[in-house]
Amino acid sequence: MNELLELSKQILDIATKISVVGISISLVLLLYRIIVGPSNADRAVALDTIGMGLMGLAALLAIVLASTNFNDVILLIGILLFIGTLAIAKFLEKGVIIDRDME
Amino acid sequence: MIFAVLLPLLIACLIPFLSKVKHKIHTGIFVFFIPLIIFLYFIQFIGTNFSPVRQTYQWIPSLSINFDFYLDGLSLLFVLLISGIGALVVLYSIYYLDKTEQLGHFYVYLILFMAGMLGVVLSDNVFVMYTFWELTSISSFLLIGYWHFNERSRYGALKSMLITIFGGLSMFGGFILLSVITDTTSIQAMIEQKSVILNSPYLPLILVFILLGAFTKSAQFPFHIWLPDAMEAPTPVSAYLHSATMVKAGLFLVARFSPILADYEWFFIIVSIAGIVTLCWGSYMAVKQTDLKAILAFSTISQLGMIMAMLGFGTKVAVFAAVFHILNHATFKGSLFMVAGIVDHETGTRDIRKLGGLLTFMPITATLAFFGTFSMAGVPFPFLNGFYSKELFFQSSLGLNENVGSFASFLIDIIPVLAVFGSIFTFVYSMYFFFGVFSGRKKEKQLPKKPHEAPIGMLLSPIILVGLVIIIGLFPNLVNGSFLAHTAEAISGEAFHPHIVYWHGWKKPAFIMSLIVVVLGTLLVLTRKKWNAVYRILPGKLSLNKTYDVIVDKLDVYSNQVTNFYMNGSLRLYVALILGTTAIVTFTFMLLTGGFTIGFDNLADITPIEISVVVVMMVAALATIFAKHNVAAILVLGVVGYGISILFVIYRAPDLALTQLIIETVTVALFLLCFFHLPKMQVRKESGKSKLINAVISVAFGAMMTLIGISAHTSNWFDSIAEYFLKTSHKLGGGDNVVNVILVDMRGLDTMFEITVLGIAALAIFGLIKIKRKKEAE
Repeated sequence: MNELLELSKQILDIATKISVVGISISLVLLLYRIIVGPSNADRAVALDTIGMGLMGLAALLAIVLASTNFNDVILLIGILLFIGTLAIAKFLEKGVIIDRDME
Repeated sequence: MIFAVLLPLLIACLIPFLSKVKHKIHTGIFVFFIPLIIFLYFIQFIGTNFSPVRQTYQWIPSLSINFDFYLDGLSLLFVLLISGIGALVVLYSIYYLDKTEQLGHFYVYLILFMAGMLGVVLSDNVFVMYTFWELTSISSFLLIGYWHFNERSRYGALKSMLITIFGGLSMFGGFILLSVITDTTSIQAMIEQKSVILNSPYLPLILVFILLGAFTKSAQFPFHIWLPDAMEAPTPVSAYLHSATMVKAGLFLVARFSPILADYEWFFIIVSIAGIVTLCWGSYMAVKQTDLKAILAFSTISQLGMIMAMLGFGTKVAVFAAVFHILNHATFKGSLFMVAGIVDHETGTRDIRKLGGLLTFMPITATLAFFGTFSMAGVPFPFLNGFYSKELFFQSSLGLNENVGSFASFLIDIIPVLAVFGSIFTFVYSMYFFFGVFSGRKKEKQLPKKPHEAPIGMLLSPIILVGLVIIIGLFPNLVNGSFLAHTAEAISGEAFHPHIVYWHGWKKPAFIMSLIVVVLGTLLVLTRKKWNAVYRILPGKLSLNKTYDVIVDKLDVYSNQVTNFYMNGSLRLYVALILGTTAIVTFTFMLLTGGFTIGFDNLADITPIEISVVVVMMVAALATIFAKHNVAAILVLGVVGYGISILFVIYRAPDLALTQLIIETVTVALFLLCFFHLPKMQVRKESGKSKLINAVISVAFGAMMTLIGISAHTSNWFDSIAEYFLKTSHKLGGGDNVVNVILVDMRGLDTMFEITVLGIAALAIFGLIKIKRKKEAE
């Protein structure tokens, strides 16, 4: 039983490391997309994806740190990403985020 | 004794009310009695058995600043001069100033000045003395600018104020040094600690500071320039302040401190040189003047120089001669100013080229002027006091102490020559003054008014002064033992009074010098017209007035330029200056004190996750600098913010991470909102140089902050208090979330004010937007 636990712990360890590296690579690539562009819509999508990467990273970190305190962070990033992407999308589309006249 | 200072101040408060009735009673009549009372009170101290009187009244005992009044021979001489001539000047001013003038102002200023002057000469406490000293400067400023609608008056007032206050401040510095060295504020106590002061390394500084104060106040070269311009004041003011009292405050200061400083060799050198140069320059300049008061102003300068030189000589004869001449100069110069005022008042002009032949119109005035000018010139008549003091001056210039350094002994050789040289010009301008006004062709057609003799009230004061000239002239030993001996004792430490006689015999060198002066002076006067061209050469461009004007003007221009250089309205420059200066100052300070300590112990391990997040953030931060588009810059900045929140996660700060995420999102949204209204970002075209400077400043600042952070981490001097919070969070705060317990329980006050900050920010934004809307609507 203990061996099994040990094994699963090692697997978990290796898996988190692989995932962190993977997410990091994706973050760097996304960063490249954000910086280079070419259009702002590309950047917005990249930022959205970065957020998702961050969500994953936070979750992985929670595993690494063996803590449940970061679950809020993951959920919050999710909400904020949604709102933020919406805002950017509206900004890019209409030029304003909040319409002045709500007809 | 305090009443002598307080009475004038008290009356000064009442004068505005008294001056309401000036059309019935001239305000000066009320004022007249104050100096008279003071004079009559102090005259009783004259006597052979006089000994110094001391009185103390507390003012600020904790700083040992008290009204210490000390009446010795020196103070007594000055008090009697101030109050006596003060009374005469007020009497004169009653007839001189018309009732249509603003008499209230005039007498308030005058009596303030009198109080200040009495305070200066009676004070034993250096700081009280400085207070009164500045009171005289300010009241003199007010008096010179009495006719403030006159541009020249304002110029003269400002000039005298700038110069005398400059000197006053440096004198204050000298006083502070003195009181720090000796640990006392009393002058007499300082004299007792003379050896401490003479051995102090600050002695040269003290000497220079105190002498600057004395030289500016007493119009010594090169600070004499304010005195001729102060002649824009009403004539009673000129007679009182600028011949008899205020300009002698500097002499008083030198005399007061000469028991301490006279043993220092440089005192002799500086004071003698300044005095002799002033004597020569002032008498030379006086010859060139055409305005009666200007002649008298330069004459005052030169006479003050003569007294200053005698104080610098410091021998017993010289000190006695100095105090004797202080008394004599006050009598004849006061009367001469009043004569000039009478001439001005009765003819309408003071220009000596327009005047002439007034002898028959104004015989009394002419007689007064005769005694005044001949006494000033030192003509050897046995009824003129100026002659005696001038002869004593020559005598003291010959009998200087030989035991001095090489430079000082060189001075000793040339001083008698310069003394004779200056006295020749003194003779010339005195004769010019008298004969130019009262003899020669009558020019009554040119005069604005028909000349006639002055009213008796106006003549009364000069008559009294000239009476003194003659009395002292006839009986020169009258005041010696009972009065001036005490003054000389207060200065040089021992009672000395030579028996002054008129006739010393032909062999006396001083008498021969007097004769040389008279003979050469007469020759110069008779051939004056031939010399006019020569007189015009100097000072020409060397005029010190021009130097003063240039300094005052350029000071304005250059300070303007300096201010405009760094206050150019560009925020970029300000930030660059602030950051650059901070970086330079901090770097220098830290390097000098060895503040940068870099150690590598007590460090945490670095994980690949941290590295990858930091790399992403660094790339994003760099990209923000080089981004060429608004939205791109904002979004890239967002990456930095999210990176920080991930760092917070890594360092186990969930609350911070949550807050950081929300704030970052809101900030990005706000940026987007703002940038919508702003013009498209443009690449600023900058020179490579300014780009380089910016880069240097930013790198330096960043390096500075990094180094400080590392140093702060390395030099961990004591344990943090975090343990306490961790232990007591549940027990005291009732919560397991330590961060939140700290925020609302342990350090709740901070939270409250941060809430306030947010509230204020929200209200301010609301207000800004609303106000903008209203303006748009209009």
